[in-house]
Amino acid sequence: METATPNYLLIIGGVLFVMLNVAALLIWVERRGLALFQDRYGPNRAGPFGLLIVAADSIKLFFKQDWIPPFADKPVFILAPAIVVVTVLMSFVVIPFAPGIVVADLNIGLLFFLAMSSMGAYSIILGGWASNNKYSLLGAMRGAAQMISYEVFMGLSLMGVVLMAGSFNLSTIVEAQRGMWFVVPQIIGFVIFFIAGIAETHRLPFDVPEAESELVAGFHSEYSGMKFGMFFIGEYMGITLISCMMVVLFFGGWLGPDFLPPIVWFILKTAFFLMIFILLRASMPRPRYDQLMEYGWKYLLPLTLLNLVVTAGVLLWLNDGFR
Amino acid sequence: MELTFYIAAAVAVLATIMVITRFNMIHALLYLVVSFLAVAVVFLTMGAPFMAALEVIVYAGAIVVLIIFVIMMLSLTREDVEQEKAWLQPKLWMGPALLSFVLLAELVYLLVIAEMPAAPAAGSYVDARAVGLALYGPYVLGVQLSGILLMAGIVGAYHLGRQKKKIIHRFLQQQEPQKERSAVL
Repeated sequence: METATPNYLLIIGGVLFVMLNVAALLIWVERRGLALFQDRYGPNRAGPFGLLIVAADSIKLFFKQDWIPPFADKPVFILAPAIVVVTVLMSFVVIPFAPGIVVADLNIGLLFFLAMSSMGAYSIILGGWASNNKYSLLGAMRGAAQMISYEVFMGLSLMGVVLMAGSFNLSTIVEAQRGMWFVVPQIIGFVIFFIAGIAETHRLPFDVPEAESELVAGFHSEYSGMKFGMFFIGEYMGITLISCMMVVLFFGGWLGPDFLPPIVWFILKTAFFLMIFILLRASMPRPRYDQLMEYGWKYLLPLTLLNLVVTAGVLLWLNDGFR
Repeated sequence: MELTFYIAAAVAVLATIMVITRFNMIHALLYLVVSFLAVAVVFLTMGAPFMAALEVIVYAGAIVVLIIFVIMMLSLTREDVEQEKAWLQPKLWMGPALLSFVLLAELVYLLVIAEMPAAPAAGSYVDARAVGLALYGPYVLGVQLSGILLMAGIVGAYHLGRQKKKIIHRFLQQQEPQKERSAVL
């Protein structure tokens, strides 16, 4: 334990540093990516390939006036943006980036991730409520309903993976995929987790809590400066988190041919899913709010339960042959 | 580990006291979340990580629904908080506090005279398998009863939330009442 401590701190520091920078870098990746997909230039003036837009954006966020509306509920208003960043960063604790590179290899890693994502719903509802603004409140109510609903399928869609790996530990789940990635037998689980992941991070096309064309900016209408920045960064870290989880649970984590080190495989796979998130934003229209809920409860929930039952049945048959 | 237990327990008690003394209901619910999180940490220190995770997911995660209820049904304003403050004078606390204090004294007395059960050994560890075996072994009746209760809740919610299909079209709308009347007849 004594000798492991500096290494341990190094991992914590490294994960924090990389995640915060990835979130910042994603600002640029997203804006350039969207421009590419939509046949525009995007920010290409500041620095090489417009990379300095990241610095410009961050500096702007840090130094903007941090205004708390007089009609807002001050303590809750301040607390809300912190919750989103804290819960997302806490989730990264359990993600195994490569063998040995994990902050805490918890036995209940997967449940920890689900618990943190259910805590994340508070940031939206509290932010929207504390703003004391009609648009914010509408966005918050939508966000809460959406996140509570999709959390259900998110948890259930992962249970197939848990059944196959026989553990909640994320490293064990990755090791269990040596023969075959879980995306093959659990393709339904993967698709549902992907959809639920988009809804959980309230990204386009499921960004009805902010829906700028109808609700100004939804739950964060009243936020400015770095408090808005926290929501902003929280969203990018959220999609990084969901991408990491997809890689860990369905795409074999760090596993890959030997010519690249494990961590590189992990980063490549994660980057692929990040690009998918951006591509989705560029290409999909936003569904109506009731369509979103109906889609979740009427199609995804039965499908998830069916997937779970079939997976359990097949596993039981393979192991015991229904003696 | 001992110390973390006592800290978490103290946080749980303090947060719960804050829940009942807040005038603003949303703030009270926030303290309730903290209380549940503290209980989850207590579970963790007692060697039951699976229960801790469930505590956070099921209990702490579900308070958001209560918050929605408060927002939708009570529509709190500053005046309501003032009103609450006016209703809950400090002297109102006296009676309940006194009675609770008697109970607390009894509890402490019982705890002091009771044989201290041996603290859970370091090896005692309640994992997901143990929880599952307990739920579907000795407590299977309880699981099924709560399942029935939840089912009744779902059916009730469905009944309350059901709406007649509205057809928003100027021609079809006129036909709709007629059809309904024939159904009644």
